[in-house]
Amino acid sequence: MIEARYVNIDNKQVPIEGEHNLLELVRKANIDLPTFCYHSELSVYGSCRLCMVEVEGRGLQPACSTPPENRMVVRTNTEQIRSMRKIIVELLLANHDQACPTCPKNNHCQLQSLASKLGIKKVRFKSTLRNEPVDTSSFSLVRDPNKCVLCGDCVRVCSEIQSVGAIDFAWRGSKSAVMPCFGKNLGSVECVYCGQCSRVCPTGALTPKSEVEDVWKQLDNPGRMVVAQIAPAVRVAVGEMFGLEPGATSTGQIVSALRAMGFDKVYDTSFTADLTVIEEGHEFIERINKGEKIPQFTSCCPAWVKFAEQYYPELLGNLSSCRSPQQMFGALSKEMLSAQSGVKREDIIVVSIMPCTAKKFEARRPEFEREGIRDVDYVITTQELCRMIEESGLRFDALEPESFDLPFGFKTGAGVIFGASGGVSEAVLRFVGERITGVKSDNYEFNMVRGDGGLRQASLTLNGREFKLAIVSGLKNARELIEKIKSGAASYDFVEVMACPGGCVGGAGQPVYRDPHVKKMRARGLYDNDKMLQLHKSQDNPYLAEVYKNFLGEIGSSRAHGLLHTHYKTRKRIFDEGVTINESACEAKVEVDVCFGTGCFLKGAQGLLRSLLEYIIKNDLGDKVEVKASFCFERCDRGPVVKVGGETIEHCTFEKVRERVEKAL
Amino acid sequence: MEGLRKLEKVCQILEENGRDPGRLITILQAVQEEYRYLPEEILTFVATSLNLTSAHVYGVATFYSHFTLKPKGKYIIRICDGTACHVKKSTALLDALRQKLGLKPGMVTTPDMLFTLETVSCLGACGLAPVIVVNDEVYGQMTPEKADKVIDGIIKKEGIGNGK
Repeated sequence: MIEARYVNIDNKQVPIEGEHNLLELVRKANIDLPTFCYHSELSVYGSCRLCMVEVEGRGLQPACSTPPENRMVVRTNTEQIRSMRKIIVELLLANHDQACPTCPKNNHCQLQSLASKLGIKKVRFKSTLRNEPVDTSSFSLVRDPNKCVLCGDCVRVCSEIQSVGAIDFAWRGSKSAVMPCFGKNLGSVECVYCGQCSRVCPTGALTPKSEVEDVWKQLDNPGRMVVAQIAPAVRVAVGEMFGLEPGATSTGQIVSALRAMGFDKVYDTSFTADLTVIEEGHEFIERINKGEKIPQFTSCCPAWVKFAEQYYPELLGNLSSCRSPQQMFGALSKEMLSAQSGVKREDIIVVSIMPCTAKKFEARRPEFEREGIRDVDYVITTQELCRMIEESGLRFDALEPESFDLPFGFKTGAGVIFGASGGVSEAVLRFVGERITGVKSDNYEFNMVRGDGGLRQASLTLNGREFKLAIVSGLKNARELIEKIKSGAASYDFVEVMACPGGCVGGAGQPVYRDPHVKKMRARGLYDNDKMLQLHKSQDNPYLAEVYKNFLGEIGSSRAHGLLHTHYKTRKRIFDEGVTINESACEAKVEVDVCFGTGCFLKGAQGLLRSLLEYIIKNDLGDKVEVKASFCFERCDRGPVVKVGGETIEHCTFEKVRERVEKAL
Repeated sequence: MEGLRKLEKVCQILEENGRDPGRLITILQAVQEEYRYLPEEILTFVATSLNLTSAHVYGVATFYSHFTLKPKGKYIIRICDGTACHVKKSTALLDALRQKLGLKPGMVTTPDMLFTLETVSCLGACGLAPVIVVNDEVYGQMTPEKADKVIDGIIKKEGIGNGK
């Protein structure tokens, strides 16, 4: 008989049941060891030293990186440990900007709560705060280095979950800091604005950028018609901030709170999610019929879209041309409301309430602006909505539920499950399935696409043809999948990508959670919402049918295209200058700029540049031709790319450059 | 042509190291040898070529004091300020050199990019204290006067006016 393995923790026997480290075991014993740098979804880093425990015979050990062994004797609360924890927190506070009441993380900050739990009344060390500038360059996130505790959670989530690596540790010792490359700001590097860094940040060093003040100003402006759209994932998370369980639906309370704040109309992004299903499903069927640009990738997630633009320009043609539901809502509502109500487009203000920080960036993309008016004016996160509710003094639990305004408040279940990973695929299948088979069916649940893994596959047969789907969340999973597709190791017809693990329910704009179980409960809340609705298929949405009939025309019509579809651009990861290779002071010089970005480099930019310089030397043109190597002209799929004078030459060869240079001379 | 030669050299360095991200430090050393510092755009180029992020490469480049992200002079003068050299008045030597080179507070490199003046914690030549090293050449038992002559010698060799 095998004896049960256990660890003795504070005089209690705790069985070892596959735990990877002592920390998991200690927490299983209902002892809340403090940590900053430990996240079960990330690699173990062991830097914050807050989880130190005394292991008999070994002295103090970090619980997070010590594997449990049979009959280990562990103490978590000794005089030495308590005093050490206090010193750690005091040292962290010594170089911390302690402006807690004005910090966006006030009351949700782990450093703040730990200092309070440990009873720290006074910091015995001299302040060494350096007062670094706060980075507010991006639309989505604020980075305040003065509040960083160097736990590295953000660095690891960015590289391990998203495979972006926009921030990393720089410098060393007392100068150590987390920052984007070359000390640049977040607005000019490869950050995709998913905001997962701000979700894991224990303090206020990385926070979503707030637009609350701007929204209040619009609400106070009597000349404006302010309309709200609420994303699916918001309704199952707001309650968490007001004492409800994760996943509890509070749609009615949100609507009534927004009306109380002064919103003129309250609509549901799920309506345009239904619209997305129709347009995207239609696009998919067309592609299948033509047999081109397969697999079709979803395009609802703005962080994924920026990721694809930066790293996979060759795949941009495979992205659905559909705008995200947020942007479809902005374009359609401004157009229809101004036509129907007579309010001028510039006086209609669309405020989105999103679980997402990247949506703030998406709303500012130049593609989503017409005649100088943005389709979506402001984007606030679930967290910001909760703040507005608190600021209004509304007692959330006592709010009488109200219903959405029509027509954009009416949705089917398909538009609601968009907020969970797998939801978009399922919603599209509910449409495409009926379209391809031509048979109306009562079944609406496609369980094969549901689940909580970051990389899932499913297949189903419609009219004798097998369709293969992949559902991905977390951009590192997306990268792995794309590499497989590119190498031919896997092939799919439809790929759904969401940047945040678990999809939008796990978005960085949602109330901060540390237990991964929370996002599962939120996703379940969305599927429950679907069940409670009478309609489950986007094509059954009567108000949508009316919009097509009276306003858009046919599915995929040119009007629908103008309002509901978009295009993508290849995008360089980092804004910077090129390297001047041959400088010319001559005023009438010909400027040649050779792209040396990865794509062009692989396609022979180096050989081209060499031939060009040999030609310049041979013909003694050094004074007349200026040569630069730049890092990416953002046309990676058509490389090598060279600019001569003002002209950009794609698929360039040396001969083409020589011809242009000779002509210019 | 100098620009291309250097960029080609970077490509060559990357090839010689098999584009192996594990050889990042070796690669950065060789690149710095070539440019006398690590220019941002070259670091970005190295990062993309090695399939690393620029932030990671920047992290490594800022971690080691050997690497510099600012252009350094053609002659790098390192004054030892270890215990032995310090006791033997390396501070006076440093002051004298700063004055000789006309370096204002906060400046480490002369505007003509000829000299960079740095202090190091120990050069391991304590028997020769105080010690300075100019590029790879070691000068022991230095005095402000001797250092003055070393600088003058370099200025003469480079064929530039009468110091600064």
